Amino acid sequence: MLNISGIREGFVLDHIQAGMSLSIYHDLKLDQLDCTVAIIKNAKSNKMGKKDIIKVECPIDALDLDILGFIDHNITVNIIKGDKIVEKKVLHLPKKVVNVIRCRNPRCITSIEQELDHIFLLTDETVETYRCKYCEEMYQRN
Amino acid sequence: MRHLMSPLDLSVAELDELLDLASDIEKNPQKYAHACAGKKLATCFYEPSTRTRLSFEAAMLNLGGSVLGFASADSSSAAKGESVSDTIRVISCYADICAMRHPKEGAPLVAAQKSGIPVINAGDGGHQHPTQTLTDLLTIRSLKGRLDHMTIGLCGDLKFGRTVHSLINALIRYPGISFVLISPEELRIPDYIREDVLIKNHIPFREVERLEDAMPELDILYMTRVQRERFFNEEDYIRLKDFYILTRQKLNLAKEDLHVLHPLPRVNEISVEVDDDPRAAYFKQAQYGVYVRMALILTLLEWRD
Repeated sequence: MLNISGIREGFVLDHIQAGMSLSIYHDLKLDQLDCTVAIIKNAKSNKMGKKDIIKVECPIDALDLDILGFIDHNITVNIIKGDKIVEKKVLHLPKKVVNVIRCRNPRCITSIEQELDHIFLLTDETVETYRCKYCEEMYQRN
Repeated sequence: MRHLMSPLDLSVAELDELLDLASDIEKNPQKYAHACAGKKLATCFYEPSTRTRLSFEAAMLNLGGSVLGFASADSSSAAKGESVSDTIRVISCYADICAMRHPKEGAPLVAAQKSGIPVINAGDGGHQHPTQTLTDLLTIRSLKGRLDHMTIGLCGDLKFGRTVHSLINALIRYPGISFVLISPEELRIPDYIREDVLIKNHIPFREVERLEDAMPELDILYMTRVQRERFFNEEDYIRLKDFYILTRQKLNLAKEDLHVLHPLPRVNEISVEVDDDPRAAYFKQAQYGVYVRMALILTLLEWRD
């Protein structure tokens, strides 16, 4: 059994789909933070079979919850203060995501104007559809 | 300040107001002959266009304004690598309103975000061409006296034809509209229009392959051209390009008060023998395109009577 010590102040991202922790680590730009990060892969889970977990020892405001909501709004975000869980954040699909995904439409203006932000807007919440703000191409999740 | 990127940027009430203004322009052109005196329209066309550019220019000249611009990317600073954002900031210093056509989808929206003057999307790739839709709506309303309670036949390339998709989106906002979608199997309407627009909004429609089967029930027949540039395979294009040809014989199956529309240019899909039939409305449609662009320029420049 692998043991990783608790954190005093920070957050724990639980119920990450197994195998997704490294991409979330990069998407949240955790590699740019100067703090302790623990990535646990393939932990046993009653709910999911197996899951990934990320523990980060830094203030919660360093985390972009919108990006996390876009990646997977089923992830549980536990906020830790004084070694205890003080809050569980509920994630929502963000209305807009900026520079998280890129438009793949070769006919889109973003394909030639490099300085443009890649902006996707939530156009249908029920089926979680995001479309490029400029060309309206639908984002296809892999 | 407002821009026009998509026909759906206008509510039904705003659209009705715009079409009313266009109809008044048609009836009283003299009243508007100097409405834009001292104003300048910039036509920024990054790809060639005859009809749309000249229609915009004619519209501004009819309003007593003047026109400046470029007709291809080669003759603009885009050839030197200037971004759309930079170009529109400069154009904003020279003109009062801009009509932009660009091969890249979303380019006019990028311009609108940085512009100090109203921007009209004059066509962005296969994405939107709102002034064509406004033209189609004005034509239908002028000829039929209404935009509701009609059966509209859309014929030809329903897969790639952006004018068809825009027109469907604009017309479903009116009551009593039904569609007959006439196309070969390969060029049927995309799923996102069939499911997300027609089915979701409970709009009656049926899909047929033979034009003759649809003719008797139509109030409007909207013909489209099969566009060579949309095909990867020349063989497919050749096989499908003459799939539909509207002839006088087929037109004989139609109602007396049918109107035939086409965004033009046509190739073979409407036989020239049909041109003299009173139901052929596609050249009138080009004239309505000027009126509706005049109304749009006045609206975006916040002109008041």
